[in-house]
Amino acid sequence: MNASYRWLLELVPGLDLDAEAVSEHLALRGAPVEDTHAPGASLEDVVVGEVLESDPHPNADRLTLCTVDGGDGAVQVVCGAPNVKVGARYPFAPVGAVLPGDFRIKKAKIRGEVSQGMLCSAKELGLGADHQGIMELAGDFEPGASFVEALGLDDTTLDVEVTANRGDLLSHLGLARELAPAGEGRVVLPELPGVEVLELEYRRDASRVEGAGVAVEVREPALCPRYLGAIVRNVTVGPSPAWLQRRLRGTGARPINNVVDATNYVMLELGQPLHAFDLGKLSGSEVVVRQPESDEVHVTTLDGERRALSADMLMICDAEHPVAIAGVMGGLDSEVDEATTDLFLECAWFDPKSIRATRRALGMSTDASYRFERGIDPEGLERALARCASLIAAIAGGTVDGPVLDCGSPTYEADVVPLRLSRVERLLGVPFTGDEVGRLLEPLGFVLEHETNGTLHFRIPGFRSHDVHREVDLIEEVARSHGYDAFPSELGPYRPGTVPDHPLFRLEDELRGKLAARGLFEAQTPAFVPEGEGEVEVANPLATTEPFMRRTLLPSLLRRVEYNLARGNRDVRLFEFGTSFRKAESGAPPLERPNLAMVLTGRRRPVHWSYPSESVDVWDLKSLVEEVATQAYRGRSAVRVAQNENGGAAAFEPDSGFVVHDSDGSVVGRAGKVRDDLVDAPAWAGDVWGFELTLPDVPESAPVPTHVPLPQHPAVERDLALLVPDGVPAGTVLDTLRRDGGTQLEDVLVFDLYEGTGVPEGTRSIAFRLRFRDPERTLKDEEVDRVVERLLDGLGEEFGVRSRG
Amino acid sequence: MMNQPDLTNALRTLEREALERIASANDAEALEAVRVDYLGRKEGRVSQILRGLGSMPPEERPAVGQEANRVKDELARALDRREAEVSGVEDHTYGDRSLPARDPWRGGLHPITQAVDEIWEIFRGLGFSRARGPEADTEWYNFEALNTPLDHPAADEQDTLYLADSVLLRSHTSPVQMRTMERHDPPVRVLAPGWVYRRDTYDATHTPAFMQIEGLVIDEGVTFVDFKATLAEFARRYWGSDTRVRFRPSFFPFTEPSAEVDVKRFVTRPDGTREETDWLEIMGAGMVDPAVIENAGHDPERYTGWAFGMGPGRIAMLKHGVSDLRTFFENDVRFLSQFAS
Repeated sequence: MNASYRWLLELVPGLDLDAEAVSEHLALRGAPVEDTHAPGASLEDVVVGEVLESDPHPNADRLTLCTVDGGDGAVQVVCGAPNVKVGARYPFAPVGAVLPGDFRIKKAKIRGEVSQGMLCSAKELGLGADHQGIMELAGDFEPGASFVEALGLDDTTLDVEVTANRGDLLSHLGLARELAPAGEGRVVLPELPGVEVLELEYRRDASRVEGAGVAVEVREPALCPRYLGAIVRNVTVGPSPAWLQRRLRGTGARPINNVVDATNYVMLELGQPLHAFDLGKLSGSEVVVRQPESDEVHVTTLDGERRALSADMLMICDAEHPVAIAGVMGGLDSEVDEATTDLFLECAWFDPKSIRATRRALGMSTDASYRFERGIDPEGLERALARCASLIAAIAGGTVDGPVLDCGSPTYEADVVPLRLSRVERLLGVPFTGDEVGRLLEPLGFVLEHETNGTLHFRIPGFRSHDVHREVDLIEEVARSHGYDAFPSELGPYRPGTVPDHPLFRLEDELRGKLAARGLFEAQTPAFVPEGEGEVEVANPLATTEPFMRRTLLPSLLRRVEYNLARGNRDVRLFEFGTSFRKAESGAPPLERPNLAMVLTGRRRPVHWSYPSESVDVWDLKSLVEEVATQAYRGRSAVRVAQNENGGAAAFEPDSGFVVHDSDGSVVGRAGKVRDDLVDAPAWAGDVWGFELTLPDVPESAPVPTHVPLPQHPAVERDLALLVPDGVPAGTVLDTLRRDGGTQLEDVLVFDLYEGTGVPEGTRSIAFRLRFRDPERTLKDEEVDRVVERLLDGLGEEFGVRSRG
Repeated sequence: MMNQPDLTNALRTLEREALERIASANDAEALEAVRVDYLGRKEGRVSQILRGLGSMPPEERPAVGQEANRVKDELARALDRREAEVSGVEDHTYGDRSLPARDPWRGGLHPITQAVDEIWEIFRGLGFSRARGPEADTEWYNFEALNTPLDHPAADEQDTLYLADSVLLRSHTSPVQMRTMERHDPPVRVLAPGWVYRRDTYDATHTPAFMQIEGLVIDEGVTFVDFKATLAEFARRYWGSDTRVRFRPSFFPFTEPSAEVDVKRFVTRPDGTREETDWLEIMGAGMVDPAVIENAGHDPERYTGWAFGMGPGRIAMLKHGVSDLRTFFENDVRFLSQFAS
């Protein structure tokens, strides 16, 4: 809502605040000012100038010599505009004036003729883009008057942010009610210069009324509870008086003509949208409020757009066809123009939901629809119509013909809402007396009907009927009127909550810390992906290139790897937590799983003088996979070498990586070397390794370690150099040794791997170190030797593994 | 007769033993004993193995010889190093200490995660726990249960991404309020950080997906005073105890009274004086609407509460001087490393 600071001052007697203080006050009442704009800044030197005479310049075809009255006597001005007219008034910058851009007007000779000032275009004044000609001031402007004041530019336009519940604040009257406490506590509607507000008569009926040769009929009372029409005849359409133009300009609006300006004025003042039809263009002198017939599929609106109609919209029609979209926009065919003499002036109450549905279907929003959809004051229709009709009669010279045609129910049934003082205290934490509550609420328009046993009953005024229905709505008004900052701010005791900290957050914290400590950076990427990377589609995406929700995180991270490589960052180690979306049965929300993904490329360690540079490889990946999987599944997962599969997803090179199984044996993670063709990388970039793991939805808590007494007896170690056939994985030998090593086998590790010279074809030499220990006694070499011998026999039989002895 | 693998193994075992003895030797005498024991020309154990080469098959000799020479060199170097160390000449002991240290890679948490964590840390101290909810949800949880009729203009203000009829990507974290209250009886004190989605294009201050943090308190006797006090306490703990906090009326369909919370921070000028900055909007908040408490199956006459929603992305921008929200999603490792600690 763009509001004029000066207009607000007129509505609130005793308001002595500057524009900034008004903004602050509004903010603390719930209507913050987003922006302020002073349109007259740096135009203080410009005056209204009247062109008294205009003659061709003797030495230039395109120039004219004008005699201009700028209030300070007639002066000669050379003018280059094609549209200069004798008797017309223009913004005039006399000698000595300074225009925007620090442009100083000097006495000059142009082609031999003296020029003492400049007639200005809108563009030169910073008021618009029109540079075609000088800006003609249509209306009763006095030569020599300050241009800024004449146009109402000595004002500040406040861009007030109005919340969706407060349609009543979309007017100067509504804002004034909130400002009243800062003035004398009351609001008055300003006198309209030269306008006598008429007492209109009404002819009422529930559905059809006739008068002054015009009929009004409402066929959809649910969508239009009340419809008023006034007939104004013999108007002369022309420019509005200066005061009215000033008011409109102060709100940032552009004057159009006296009829349209009058409807806009009343809308901005009272919040009630009105529409003037050219009565002469309404076929059959009839106005019917109805839904379109099946063959009425289009109407052309005032903006020249052809709008497609649907059967559930509400139309204003003449005897034959739709002439306006109710509450949204008038039709071009019934537009008021300079030839218009008779008006049908509409002032209606349309159903907010219907207006909202219609304007959404049409993909448009207008000043009128914006207000109707937030709810207008059902008690304010008559005042708005009387004010608008009187204004038009005064400034366009017409007369109101006959009674107002009033269709629908004229009585508004106001809610009476009970308010318990006990509940006020229970919610706000501070006790209020009935008197205090009355003093806080009555200035806002709530009327105390009666009070019984600590319960106050308030009548809700029409202009708040859209957002105040319940006790709690009134309690908010009490708090707002009292001022939020007036409430104490003392921390009290609280009871601990019953909700446990979600274990997935805890697991994520653990893993985040661990991965960051291992040199990875956490990334965050949006969940939107292109087709092919997701199965859940967004129905109304804005970016059509990424209309899907991702199934896995890895592709998003690979895009980040590319982004980094393209910027010369060769060492990229990223991880991300995010949601995997999978399709569920139709109509149900998708299945969501928490995922963790990581990518690694570049050097294993920072460059250092003490060791050679090495690239990240499969062992770095495996370590991360094992650590993360163990932590996520609390030791119940298993990392296996991927066999004859390409990681289940096409992301990894065949047989390059690992799969992670949970305790049920389901695959929950995959890792490996990312296929080269999936990463757009410069030639110098290293291999890219990737891993994605689905985390448990509700992770178990970390197991509690049980203390094992430290050994009292020495261990016996045996190193075995084994020739392991190529088909037998080292892991299998390790597992077998652990399985068959007996309770005294404390640990097995691999400490060497050798292939090549001296090792038989088709085998590798793998050195294992076995550590044996008995908790009760010192082991003898011979008994350990017997175990080793048994292990070697077993390995030989099962896998053809031989000792290198 | 020993064959090559045995000899190689024996050499490596010798090497390990010798290195351990060298490391534990504390004077030149002990080191000399090790030298004689392993490398002595006649009795040295490595030398003996080298002498045994002659009895091996000729084709196996080079491999063992090579390994034995490697072990010899390695032990000689280790003896020299340790000798220098025990002789007490410092420069030689630790080398040129002005050379750069051996560092591991440094990683770090995303700056928005850090903001979430800092906020969580404070609310944890105020008795909160963390709750989660799905990112794709129904119109009921996202709007209707939160007292937001679908045909109210308030539903427009968060332009919503839909997946199917009545199934959408949550446009705020407030659905977690309902889901938490449905499963848990009051007292409830939870914080719910998570992704939310809006039909926005990418620009300096908007992204179609972003992090939000919801907060919810429900119990008997919770009032507007508690609401103000707790959130002001949070703001002072986060921005400093001198921070001024302001509560302004606002409108959210699921809270009443509703408020915007602003903070006024200080900047310290070079001359040491402090200057207040503009009011910064940090969250939308309010007393939970009784309709929401009722929709979640609790008695709004008995229970009251308050809730808030804030954007850690915006807070991280303000905190670190990041001017474009999109920078957070680029994940340039040079950017991320600026926030590593």
